[in-house]
Amino acid sequence: MLSLTVFLPLLAASLLCGPRLPSPVLRWGWVVASALELALVAVLWARYDTPAEGTLAFETRVPWIPGVASDYHVGLDGLSLPLVAMTAVVFLAAALYSLRDEDRPRSRVAVFLALETVCVGTFAAADLVLFFVFFDLSIVGMYLVIAGWGHGERARSALLFFLYTFLGSLALLGGFIGLYVASDPHTFDMVELARQDPFAGGGTAAAVVLGAILLGLAVKTPTVPFHTWLPPAHTDAPAAGSAVLAGVLLKLGTYGFVRLGMTLLPDAWQAWAWVVLVVGLVSVLWGALVAMAQRDLKRLIAYTSVNHMGYVVLAVGAAGVVAADTAGAREVAVSGAVTQMVSHGLVTAALFLLAGVVLERSGTYEIDRFGGLAGRAPRFTALFAVAAFASLGLPGLSGFVAELQIFAGSIAAVPWSAVGLLGILLVAGLLLWTLQRLVTGEAGPATHRFSDVRAHELLAVGPLLLLSLAIGLAPRPLLDVVEPAAAAVVAVLGR
Amino acid sequence: MGTMEMRPLAMLPEILLLAGGLVCLLGGSFTPRRRQWRLRVVAAGALLAALVAALVGSRDPGPALEGAVVVDGLTTGTRVVVALATLAVLLLAEEEVRDDDRESETYALMLLAATGALVLGGARDLLVLAAAFLLASIPLYGLVGLRRTDRGAEAALKTYLTGAVFGILLLLGTTLVYGLAGTTRLPDLAARLATAPAAPLAVGVVCVVAGLAFKAGAVPAHFWVPDAAQGAGGHTAAFVTTIPKVGAVVALYRLVTALPETLPWGLLVAVLAVASMTLGNLAAFGQDDPRRLLGWSTVSQVGYLLVPVAVAGRTSLAAAAMLLYLAAYAVTNVVAFAVTTALPDVRDLAGYAGLGRGRPALAASLVVALLGLVGTPPTAVFVGKLAVATAAWDGGMPWLSVALLANTLVSLFYYLRWVAPVLRQGDPDVGPPVTRPWSTGAATGLAVLTLVGAPAAGILWCALGGTG
Repeated sequence: MLSLTVFLPLLAASLLCGPRLPSPVLRWGWVVASALELALVAVLWARYDTPAEGTLAFETRVPWIPGVASDYHVGLDGLSLPLVAMTAVVFLAAALYSLRDEDRPRSRVAVFLALETVCVGTFAAADLVLFFVFFDLSIVGMYLVIAGWGHGERARSALLFFLYTFLGSLALLGGFIGLYVASDPHTFDMVELARQDPFAGGGTAAAVVLGAILLGLAVKTPTVPFHTWLPPAHTDAPAAGSAVLAGVLLKLGTYGFVRLGMTLLPDAWQAWAWVVLVVGLVSVLWGALVAMAQRDLKRLIAYTSVNHMGYVVLAVGAAGVVAADTAGAREVAVSGAVTQMVSHGLVTAALFLLAGVVLERSGTYEIDRFGGLAGRAPRFTALFAVAAFASLGLPGLSGFVAELQIFAGSIAAVPWSAVGLLGILLVAGLLLWTLQRLVTGEAGPATHRFSDVRAHELLAVGPLLLLSLAIGLAPRPLLDVVEPAAAAVVAVLGR
Repeated sequence: MGTMEMRPLAMLPEILLLAGGLVCLLGGSFTPRRRQWRLRVVAAGALLAALVAALVGSRDPGPALEGAVVVDGLTTGTRVVVALATLAVLLLAEEEVRDDDRESETYALMLLAATGALVLGGARDLLVLAAAFLLASIPLYGLVGLRRTDRGAEAALKTYLTGAVFGILLLLGTTLVYGLAGTTRLPDLAARLATAPAAPLAVGVVCVVAGLAFKAGAVPAHFWVPDAAQGAGGHTAAFVTTIPKVGAVVALYRLVTALPETLPWGLLVAVLAVASMTLGNLAAFGQDDPRRLLGWSTVSQVGYLLVPVAVAGRTSLAAAAMLLYLAAYAVTNVVAFAVTTALPDVRDLAGYAGLGRGRPALAASLVVALLGLVGTPPTAVFVGKLAVATAAWDGGMPWLSVALLANTLVSLFYYLRWVAPVLRQGDPDVGPPVTRPWSTGAATGLAVLTLVGAPAAGILWCALGGTG
C-alpha cells in the first residue's frame, strides 16, 4: 500500500509519457494521477494508527543490497505521514496550476511526477541508502525543472542549485557511511540504528558524523549561511517548480533534522543543540531582515522561507537542550516544528503560485511596478491576503498554530530563544507592507495589464489556503498524529 | 587440489579470445572487404563463448597452469566485465570501421588486448603479470594509431613511449622483487619478504605498481589517456579507457593483498588514488572536446577504483566493492563514448546544444551516463561509489572516503558543463545532428542497463561478492 503510494506517480509518468499522447490528455492525466495519489494518502491517513515504539506503520521491508545490509524499507509515523500528505496536496496544486501551460508538456509531466515519487519516497524511507537515493534524485529532478522550464538566468541558477545541494548530499552520504561503520552489526537501517544508538555517549566521532549530516541538511533546508542558492533558484524556476521546491523540497532538510539528527544521534544532538538553536535564530532574523530589502516579489517570498525554516531549526535545537522538567515543553516544540513544516508547505506553495500568476500577467516580479491591484483583481487580492496572513501567523490559520507551539515550547526550554519573536514581528510588518504596495494605492505601470485569477489557478491555490485555515481552526486531527511521534523523539533525546 | 596441476581448460575464456583474435587476424587476409562482417561475427562469437566459459568455469575455482594463474571470484568478475564491455565496444565499432581496410585488424587487436586484460586479472605470478602486461599493451599501440590521422599518430606515439617506459619499470620491479623473495609467485611473497630490507623492496614494488598504473591509466602514468581518447577512433577510445583498466585494477588488488605488511602499501595506493581523482578532475575542467573530457574523467574514475585496492585485506567489502564499481564504471563509460560515436559530426561541447529536443533518446542516455559517472542514484555507479566509500571508511581510511566525496563534487562541475547545452534550446536553423543507429542503440540500451543497476544491486552484489 505505501509502496504503491510511493511509486504511483512514477507509474503514471511512464504510462503518460510512453505513447505519444496529445497535450490535453497529458495535462489532465497529470491532474488525475496527482488526485489519485492524494486519495491513496487519504486512505493511508484514515487507516493510520500510531505505531508501537521502534516500529513504523505500513512497514515494508525487502532485502536490497545485502552486502552493505541495506534494505528497501519504508514505513510511516507521525513525523512523516503529515509531510507525505502535504506533498500530495502541493503536487496536485502544481498539476492544476499548470493545466494551461503548453510548454513541452510531455517531459514536464514526466519530471514532475517522478519528482513526486522521489519526495514521497524520501519521507517514507526507513533505510539510509534508500533515503539518500531519493534525496539525491530530488536534486536531479529539481535541476531539470529549473534548467528546462525556468526563465531568466536559469542555467546559472540551476547549476548553483545543483552544486550547492549536491555538496550537501555528499556530506550527508559521508555521515551515513559513518553511522554504518560505527554500528554493530553494520546496518543502514534507520529503525535498527535508532535502537543500537551506535554513537551513545557522544565523543569526537559522533560530533563529526553529526556535523556532516547537519551540513547536508542545513544546505538543503537552507539555513544561514548556506541559503544563498535559494533566492536565485526560486527566482528563475517556473511557478509550479518554485511551489514544489519551497513547499516540499525544503522540508526534506528539516525533516532530516528530526528523523536523522535527533533520532539517530541523540547524545551528539544534545551536545550540539546550542549550535542548532543559534543557527535557527540567526536564520529567523537574517531571513526576515534580508527579505525586507527585496524589491523582487519572488526573492522576498524566498527569504521569508529562510525565516520560516529558521523557526523549525530553532525548535528542534531547543528540543535538544535537555534540562529537568522541560520534556513537556520540548515535545510541544517538536510538534510545532512538524506543524510548521506542513503549514509552510501549504502557504508558501500558495504564495509562489500567486507569484507565478503575477509573472504570467505582467512579465515582472518588481513590487514597485504594481499597486491598486485590489480593484482590477479582487480574487487575486483575496488569495494573496489570506496567504500573507497565514504566512505571518495570524490566529485562525495554520501558521499561528505552528509558531505558537514552537515558541511556547522553545521559550519554556530555553528562555532566550524568545529573541526569535522579533522575526515574527519583522515578517508580519514586511508582508503587510508588501500587500499594501501590491493591492492598494495608485495603479502602477504593470497593473493595467493584470487580469484576475482564472479558474484553474483558483483551484490550485484555493485548497491550499483552505487547508491552512482548517489546520488553524481545528488542529486536533493533525496534532493527534504528530504529538505521539514528537513525544517519542523527545523520549529518545532524554534517555 | 594440488597447485602443480595444469588444468588448461580453466583458461578456456582466454584461449577462446586468443583464438578468436588469431582467426580475425588471419581471416582478414582471405576475406573480401565487403564480407568482413563475418569477422565481426567471429569476434562477437568468441566474446560470447568466453563469457559462457567464464560463467561455467566459475563453478570450478582454483589455481591453474601450475599455480601461475588462479580462477576465483576476481578472475570471473574480470572475465565477465571484460567480455561484456568488449561486446559493447564492438557495437560502436560497427559503424566506424565497417568496410574499412583495417576492419579485421581492429577486431583482432581488440580481442588480443582483451585476452591480455583477462590474464592480468587472473595472474598469480609476477612473470605472468609481465607477459600479460605486454599482451594487453602492444595491441593498444596499434589500435590507437589505426586511424592514421595526425592526432592519432601523436596519440599512438605517446601511448607507445609511455607504455615502453612503464613496461621497463614493471620488469625492473619484478626483477627486484624476485631478487629479494626468490620467487615470483604472489601467494609466497608475504612469507618470503617478511624480513626483506625495506628500501629495495619499496623500490621494486613501486616499479611494479607504476607499470600497472600505466595500464589502469592512473597517476603517474596517465599522460597517454586523454590523447588516446581524443586522437583515436571513438570505439578505440571507449576500449582503451575501459577494458585494460579492469585487468590492471584487479592485478593491483592481488599484488597489494600478497605483500607483507612491513610497509604501508595501502597508503601508497591511497595516495595514487587521491592524486588520480584530483588531477583527472582538475584537468577535465577546461576541456571542450567531449572525448578528451571523458579521457580525463576516466583518469579520475581510476582514482575511485583504486580506493578499494588501498583498503584491500582490511575490510570484507573491498573485493566486492571493487568489482561492483568496475562493472558499473565499464558500462557507464561505454555509454558516454557511445553517445560521442553516435554523433560523428559533433566534436565540441557547444555542438550538443538542443540535443534534448532533436534527439531526446540520445540526450537522455548522455544525461544518464554523465550523472552516472558523477555517481548520482539510481545509476549503477552510485551503488559502486557507496560501496567503495563505505569500504574505505570501514578499512580504517575515513579520510579517503572524504577525498572521494569531495572529488565527486568537483567532478559534477565539468559533467554539468556537458549536460547544460543538451538541455538548452538549440539553433532552430540547424536541424538535429546526424546519428548512427548502432551507436545510438548501444547508448540507449546500456543507459537503461545502468539505470536498473541500483535496484538490481543486491543481485549483482551476491553474484560478485559471494565469490570475491
